[in-house]
Amino acid sequence: MTSTSRPVSRRGLLTGGALAAGGTLAAAAVVGATRDGGRTGAPEQVPVAATVGAATEPFHGVRQSGITTEPQAHAAFVAFTLRPGTDRAALGRMLRLLSDDAARLTQGRPALADTEPELGLLPARLTVTFGFGPGLFTAAGLDERRPPSVADLPPFSIDRLQPRWSGGDLLVQICADDPITVAHAQRVLVKDGRPFATVRWVQSGFRRAAGAEPGRTQRNLFGQLDGTANPKPGEPLETAVWIPDGPDWLRDGTTLVVRRISMDLETWDLLGRTDREFSVGRRLDTGAPLTGTAEHDEPDFAALGPDGLTVIPDFSHLTRAHVSDDRFRILRRPYNYDGVPAADGTADSGLIFAAYQADIARQFLPIQQRLAERDLLNEWTTPIGSAVFAIPPGCPEGGWVGQQLLD
Amino acid sequence: MPSAISGRLVRPAALFTGVLLASLVAGCGAAEDGSTTAPNPSATATSAAPAGAQDGVLTVQDPWVKAADTGMTGAFATLVNDTDSDVTITGASSPVSPLELHEMAMQDGKMVMRAKDGGVVIKAGTEHRLEPGGDHLMLMNLAQPVRAGDEVSFTLTFGDGRTQTFTAVAKPFTGAQESYAPGHGEPMPGMSPSHSPAP
Repeated sequence: MTSTSRPVSRRGLLTGGALAAGGTLAAAAVVGATRDGGRTGAPEQVPVAATVGAATEPFHGVRQSGITTEPQAHAAFVAFTLRPGTDRAALGRMLRLLSDDAARLTQGRPALADTEPELGLLPARLTVTFGFGPGLFTAAGLDERRPPSVADLPPFSIDRLQPRWSGGDLLVQICADDPITVAHAQRVLVKDGRPFATVRWVQSGFRRAAGAEPGRTQRNLFGQLDGTANPKPGEPLETAVWIPDGPDWLRDGTTLVVRRISMDLETWDLLGRTDREFSVGRRLDTGAPLTGTAEHDEPDFAALGPDGLTVIPDFSHLTRAHVSDDRFRILRRPYNYDGVPAADGTADSGLIFAAYQADIARQFLPIQQRLAERDLLNEWTTPIGSAVFAIPPGCPEGGWVGQQLLD
Repeated sequence: MPSAISGRLVRPAALFTGVLLASLVAGCGAAEDGSTTAPNPSATATSAAPAGAQDGVLTVQDPWVKAADTGMTGAFATLVNDTDSDVTITGASSPVSPLELHEMAMQDGKMVMRAKDGGVVIKAGTEHRLEPGGDHLMLMNLAQPVRAGDEVSFTLTFGDGRTQTFTAVAKPFTGAQESYAPGHGEPMPGMSPSHSPAP
């Protein structure tokens, strides 16, 4: 990473992207121009790259990062199964190691004994968030400390859950604005976790690139804005997400539900735009409720159309998921996934639905129950994975995540 | 000899590890005969540290030890001499194992790894990296498993009698195996991933 290599490679990226449609000849011509320009024209662009790559989020603190943190562009959710014999003391040793890795990598420092230290230098707002599944409490001999709602969700009629995307004793949510940063952090954490646990599943997801659409609600691969109704920063978010009291291994923690939602792009393709908007209850372009003009307009569920029916259909996703009291809201922090299409082109696309809430039973389950009973979107979406985790509070410098519970 | 060696030691170890991998084993093997070991650790392990030792003669950065169930393993750190005088490490000890200082040295025209009997000199204002494939503290015979995440205490003894204790965390690590490459006898116990300790 020299001062000259950065502008050259960045410029190569930019020109390459802009001219991707231009064909081989044009691209060949650009190579020469790029080499030339790398010496002269690039410096004013460096600060932009440095901003994205060098930006950091805190690791140490009362609460873990990666929850109310402005979502980064890339994520890997890594769930582990604890090996037999990984008891409370071993969990302490494991989390000491993994917390140290996270503390370093999130601040742009290579992990201890990092075999690829150069990959640890660009944090790109890396966050590493730890979650404890029901099995971790059992392994530690601390079942009585497990929040009651941190347990497998009750089965829903719409579920088609696959073991390969479900459960997990320990979750590591890795998010950053750079995919190499995510990959390296994942590698380091998996390696250091290996004496204690096996990898159960990994779900990799993405949003828009950093800075591509600042401040916008993310779009899923149905083209819908996803997350409009999230609790607003400040008191609403505070109320919805964080556990306000209780023992010190719960206070300033939260809970996480991860659901892998397969989205059937083939049958979604069969719908016209009007039907698509009816199913959600919102405009696809602006995200506005069908009774409004802007994304954050309050929906008017009573408004009637000329046909005497409600403008927002009763069976729409918006109607079924709507919650007006912050105490019952959830913080959605989803990522898209997009696997390899089948030979006939059938997509393998969907959503890694990640919801944070202080209490799964109070907040998540009622919404999920209403959606499972009657939500037109169920026609095109299928939950294929499900996992729940307690998110312990953060740790101070020199400490490790979970210390209040396990030490 | 010591000063000439220490001059090389302050180079980034990465420079010489790649070139000298094949020759490391011979040096390490030579160390195993015990003829040139550092002072016996038991002599210093429990002795009271002189006043001021806790201030630290050196700054020990990023210490870690490679997890292993039995046999040998290595400990690593970056040792920074921020003072304006040279510092000589004459010995090292740990409650979990007898210890040797292993270093890179020129021997018969080639670099080898071997135990250092004259002490390791860290010149004023330089840093000395102990890392896999390079110089390291060699734990010769573990009395107990060093499990991933364990914190292991080490004490360095200096030429002037002062000591300095630091704690290194144990990491699972399979890298730099080529340092102890096939073709030079048995791989060192504890250096193989098959020896990764259970949780």
